[in-house]
Amino acid sequence: MNLTLYVWRQPNAKSEGKMVRYESKNVNPDMSFLEMLDVVNEELIAKQQDPIAFDHDCREGICGTCGMMINGVAHGPKKGTSACQLHMREFKDGDTIYIEPWRASSFPVLKDLVVDRTAFDRIIRAGGYISVSTGSAPDGNAILIPKQNADLSMDAAACIGCGACVAACPNGSAMLFTAAKVSHLALLPQGQPERKRRVVDMVNAMDTEGFGTCTNHRECEAACPKEISIQFIARMNRDYLIACLTRQEESETK
Amino acid sequence: MELNSRIPSSPLEKKWEMHRFEMKLVNPANKRKYQIIVVGTGLAGGSAAASLAELGYNVKAFCYQDSARRAHSIAAQGGINAAKNYQNDGDSIYRLFYDTIKGGDFRAREANVYRLAEISVNIIDQCVAQGVPFAREYSGYLANRSFGGTQVSRTFYARGQTGQQLLLGAYQALMRQVQTGKVKMFPRTEMLDIVVINGKARGIVTRDMVTGKIQTHIADAVILATGGYGNVFYLSTNAKGCNTTAIWRAYKRGAAFGNPCYTQIHPTCIPVTGEYQSKLTLMSESLRNDGRIWVPKQKGDKRSCNQIPEEERDYYLERKYPSFGNLAPRDIASRAAKEVCDEGRGVGESGLGVYLDFADAIKRLGDKGIEERYGNLFEMYQRITDEDPYKVPMRIYPAVHYTMGGLWVDYNLMTTIPGLFVLGEANFSDHGANRLGASALMQGLADGYFIIPYTIGDYIATTKLEAADESHPECRQVQEEVTSRIQKLLDIPGKRSVDSVHRELGKVMWDYCGMARNRNGLEQALKRIPEIREEYWKSVNVLGSNEEVNQSLEKAGRVADFLELAELMCLDALERNESCGGHFREEYQTAEGETLRDDQNYCHVAAWEYGGPDRKPVLHKELLNFESVHLTQRSYK
Repeated sequence: MNLTLYVWRQPNAKSEGKMVRYESKNVNPDMSFLEMLDVVNEELIAKQQDPIAFDHDCREGICGTCGMMINGVAHGPKKGTSACQLHMREFKDGDTIYIEPWRASSFPVLKDLVVDRTAFDRIIRAGGYISVSTGSAPDGNAILIPKQNADLSMDAAACIGCGACVAACPNGSAMLFTAAKVSHLALLPQGQPERKRRVVDMVNAMDTEGFGTCTNHRECEAACPKEISIQFIARMNRDYLIACLTRQEESETK
Repeated sequence: MELNSRIPSSPLEKKWEMHRFEMKLVNPANKRKYQIIVVGTGLAGGSAAASLAELGYNVKAFCYQDSARRAHSIAAQGGINAAKNYQNDGDSIYRLFYDTIKGGDFRAREANVYRLAEISVNIIDQCVAQGVPFAREYSGYLANRSFGGTQVSRTFYARGQTGQQLLLGAYQALMRQVQTGKVKMFPRTEMLDIVVINGKARGIVTRDMVTGKIQTHIADAVILATGGYGNVFYLSTNAKGCNTTAIWRAYKRGAAFGNPCYTQIHPTCIPVTGEYQSKLTLMSESLRNDGRIWVPKQKGDKRSCNQIPEEERDYYLERKYPSFGNLAPRDIASRAAKEVCDEGRGVGESGLGVYLDFADAIKRLGDKGIEERYGNLFEMYQRITDEDPYKVPMRIYPAVHYTMGGLWVDYNLMTTIPGLFVLGEANFSDHGANRLGASALMQGLADGYFIIPYTIGDYIATTKLEAADESHPECRQVQEEVTSRIQKLLDIPGKRSVDSVHRELGKVMWDYCGMARNRNGLEQALKRIPEIREEYWKSVNVLGSNEEVNQSLEKAGRVADFLELAELMCLDALERNESCGGHFREEYQTAEGETLRDDQNYCHVAAWEYGGPDRKPVLHKELLNFESVHLTQRSYK
């Protein structure tokens, strides 16, 4: 099939960007979206034109590196899919496709479709871990975890940190990402000692990075390639509230 | 070059314990005076950087990805082995050790493998403590499953995302150390060379992938944990960015390269569909627990799978290997698939595929039961192929997956360059000629959490290092070489894209150094590869400049290194006149078509020393001694 593409081209963070029109011919429906871009890039290189820069790595939908707005939708039209796992059979011959980078002030564009998502790392740095050091852990089966909790924790832990939630949110909020991380650890016995401090610190870090707040649009959930539920946002809010109300004592004894 | 494996002389079960006691320690107050560089932040690198920082060392950690959390360890699906014997099914440290030695076709070091099995037990505890959400039974206890190459259930897993969850554990530990200031993190930074001063590894030269800035970093020791080089084949299950540059540069600066020809071909990947294809997707081999592999008995049988009656199907793994059946090790399962396809019994449009059929398991467990076990894999398969595996069998074909070769390291994980340590897939150790399922994650984490923290201390405590900084003539020299190499790539007035050359190289490697090799093919490859390389440096087209995000330039440097490594792989494969594990030389097989090892002449690690530009590398041999297990013909019948 033949497609018309409009792709956001921006040489670097400082320069202005614009949409540029390309023709993508003889697209095989079995190609992934990124393979389609590979083919376009090969043609651009043959014409001595700068290929389109986009982030990608595992191309198996798990590393979370890829991500772009495809016709205004994060990761494109198929639900629960990252851009690398989107296949061209989702499109029709003659379609026009608009391709843009994640748009959020906390994710500055580096080039074309490549954005800087290190703000996510800084949220994790603020407390998205269990402060266990290597080598003195008790036997794994000494910590019993009911299957339901382990499964629910895993549902949250499935977040791949791609940033689609932020890109999809009208407020540019990182609530779903942060909530997934907070919930993953809050649902496990190992996560309890630092639970209150963790949620407060991570939410504060999220605010410091300039991410917006949640006003229940649910766009994040709709865009998430791992279909992470906004219930985790509710869980985080609950934890945050409790932590704010009761943390005083904890920090006094610290 | 002298290969000293530094295997402790104590009895097998005591080697690691005694060695830990004998190694020198660095006093805690002194640790903060030392700087360590870690390249790569996957399971091995991430866990190493976090552990070393916890001990008090200053660490600089580098990765080419935009975040340490994206290293390719993340894509491992199936699980991680540990000799916990929670299932009471007869597992033990010794059995895990034995299975791994045998699985590696007796081409791994006993001492290393025993240590790996011993440490496996601690890894699970460590990860549970970190909050890795392993699968649990209703009782709250950890769940286990079985995996290819073993007959016990010792594999721990976190849905089909074990690698991701283990990596997130290591990444979180790493981020904790970044927060304390003990680790300085450099994402989107690629290591392009290594600095060796007075014979010791003292630093690296990197390129900032956003600004193009070339920089030297100095340290007291350097750790490479940069993964495997399977992308030399172009199509592989590796992430697109996986490359050999870090270890190849180290090789050219004097580190021996061990067993480069050992490549694992994974049997359960989604078959290739077209010329545009950029990579191959692996389906966890845990699928083989319940899926039955078959092809039609008749050649060229083009009927759809549902029209082929039971008696006209050949469940060839169950037929040939009754005791392991569909769980035969990867090399055996892969070669068996190739054989039936070569006979013209392959399925799918290309004929390069076999069925992995869940019909029996669905009858037994129901759709729901299958979804519980493999839901995400089924979904992934459907997404890629547009076929519903609940209704029709999956089609699978082997693909390049894991490289068992890598830089040669001693028992302390140190290369032949003092102060240069290599962890995880980037080194050659532990897996021998073959890697069993669920053992790579184990090795990465064992190396990073539990081995390097001890052995690097011994190196630091016993080595006198002279003061050096970025203005050292050696640093300037290496930095200059890196800069001029980049300029050289940008200046080539060619027309061909980097990818097109990479594909060409990949095809040569797959055809002649892939699932099966022979003398004639390898000799052809050895003739062809230097030609492609020469043409590359004349005709490749790298647009743009160094001082910007330039993905073509990144690829160009990596492919240039692949073009050199490929030759060494073929040379190594040609030199090894035997078949073992993932290395199948067609000339050396039993009457039944199984691998025929030659322990008399090849029970060694082939360690190659760089001979200089345009000179043949020098082969050194580390003889392998098997004291605890007897060399036997590997049989899975």
